Amino acid sequence: MSFIELSDVSLRYDNGYLAVEGVDLSIAEGEFVSLVGPSGCGKSTLLRVISGLRKPSVGSATVHGKAVSGPIGGVGMAFQNATLMPWRTVIQNILLPLEVSPLHKHKYRQNPKPYVESARELMASVGLAGFENVNVWELSGGMQQRASLCRALIHQPEILMLDEPFSALDAFTREELWQAMQVLYMSRKPTVILVTHDLREAVYLSDTIYTMSSRPGKIAYSRKVTFPRPRALESTYDDDFAHIVKELREQIGGMRTQISGLKGVGA
Amino acid sequence: MNGRTRDTLTAVAATVGLFVLWEVGVRLFSVPTFILPPPTQAVQSLLPVWGVVMGHAWQTLWTTLVGFGIAVLAGVLLGVAVGTSKALNVSLYPILVGFNSVPKAALVPVLVLWFGIGTVPAILSAFLISFFPIVVNVATGLASVPPEQREVLRVLGASRFEGFTKVSLPYSMPYFFASLKVAITLAFVGAVIAEIAASQRGIGYMMTSASSNFNVPLVFGGLLLIAVMGIVLYAVFAVLERRVVGWAYRSQNT
Repeated sequence: MSFIELSDVSLRYDNGYLAVEGVDLSIAEGEFVSLVGPSGCGKSTLLRVISGLRKPSVGSATVHGKAVSGPIGGVGMAFQNATLMPWRTVIQNILLPLEVSPLHKHKYRQNPKPYVESARELMASVGLAGFENVNVWELSGGMQQRASLCRALIHQPEILMLDEPFSALDAFTREELWQAMQVLYMSRKPTVILVTHDLREAVYLSDTIYTMSSRPGKIAYSRKVTFPRPRALESTYDDDFAHIVKELREQIGGMRTQISGLKGVGA
Repeated sequence: MNGRTRDTLTAVAATVGLFVLWEVGVRLFSVPTFILPPPTQAVQSLLPVWGVVMGHAWQTLWTTLVGFGIAVLAGVLLGVAVGTSKALNVSLYPILVGFNSVPKAALVPVLVLWFGIGTVPAILSAFLISFFPIVVNVATGLASVPPEQREVLRVLGASRFEGFTKVSLPYSMPYFFASLKVAITLAFVGAVIAEIAASQRGIGYMMTSASSNFNVPLVFGGLLLIAVMGIVLYAVFAVLERRVVGWAYRSQNT
């Protein structure tokens, strides 16, 4: 059995809206997976099912062979908004998971020093050195998002859930953060599930990409990406890279045409 | 001159200006003292009876503070209850709103009936009039925590209590402090209303008795004193607010 298994997962919201239907998904330990698809296709819902924030109406999720029945704990999460806490400094925000994670909080309380040291190293690795004691609102959007990634990683989570963390950033910052993400992933090898609209981003970072159709969300297509890491940013303009992006675009475009019923619209 | 000093000077100038206008207006139009005394006379009227006045002021101050203290306790407890539990929200909110619509002045006779004339009705009336804004603000603050901020903690395996202390509580602190500034001034209103209606101590009582002796300057002296005490306490909480939740007002600081 894989590290993360979803079998026949459907989720209906209280208002009757069917968000996802019949999703089967297996993710290996240490795999970097992306979920792409049109807005409102239930990508974020799947993240919440895997992390135990939402119970599926039908089907089941297992992580590490155990059925998910509540928040599974030890997951790192980053969102489109950095969701940093303005009453804490940057490093205090990054250390927050250690204060509550059952695995770390006792050790952290007894001896915070090594943790603070690793937070500093983590910050330095994403270009935040020197910003430890700054207030979060003094950081630019890109820097806040870097801090948010550090917070998601500080407790060495086995699973990292990224819900469009780069989508609110400008193109240059976004590409910088892709590179930072790749470095972080390669050094720690967590299992990553990234939700994104950006196909270049998905192909650049992932081992496997799943496209989803919407209303209700279903897994429509999967694509392996086997380029060796580290992947150079320039390689995203190579032919074989562009080929995969095009292939995914066509998949999603095809679905959109079906959904809207309008011929010739979409990709 | 930096922005802060300029702001302070502007505020002082405006206040002084108002008093000058009042003084000049009253003298210019020869308004009779028993209708509107000039501010200098209102202040002068306090001086010969300063010791007595201070006794009354102290009475009003401490009843206000005790009532306010109870209001903070009750307000926070009710606010947390209403803000964190859907069932309590649905059941308690209508009752609270209904209760708040009752004019507190109308409750004073009831309080006197139950507790007799004196300090207790003043404390209770200060409490009753000032706890509602605290409840509403604490509840609103807790209810408006962005779900993502809570999710970040929940997926880490944090308990509900940790989620509350690490996210919800600090997030709602600015709401709480904003309500304290409103509540402390309202508490004064509550205490003075009760003193006017049913007490033999406090600034409210002093004003009623001065009024029945046609000592109008002393009535206004009492009003000024209440205003001064209100401003001082408001300022105390405003400073406290800056200290504790300065992060919420960053745009004004930078």
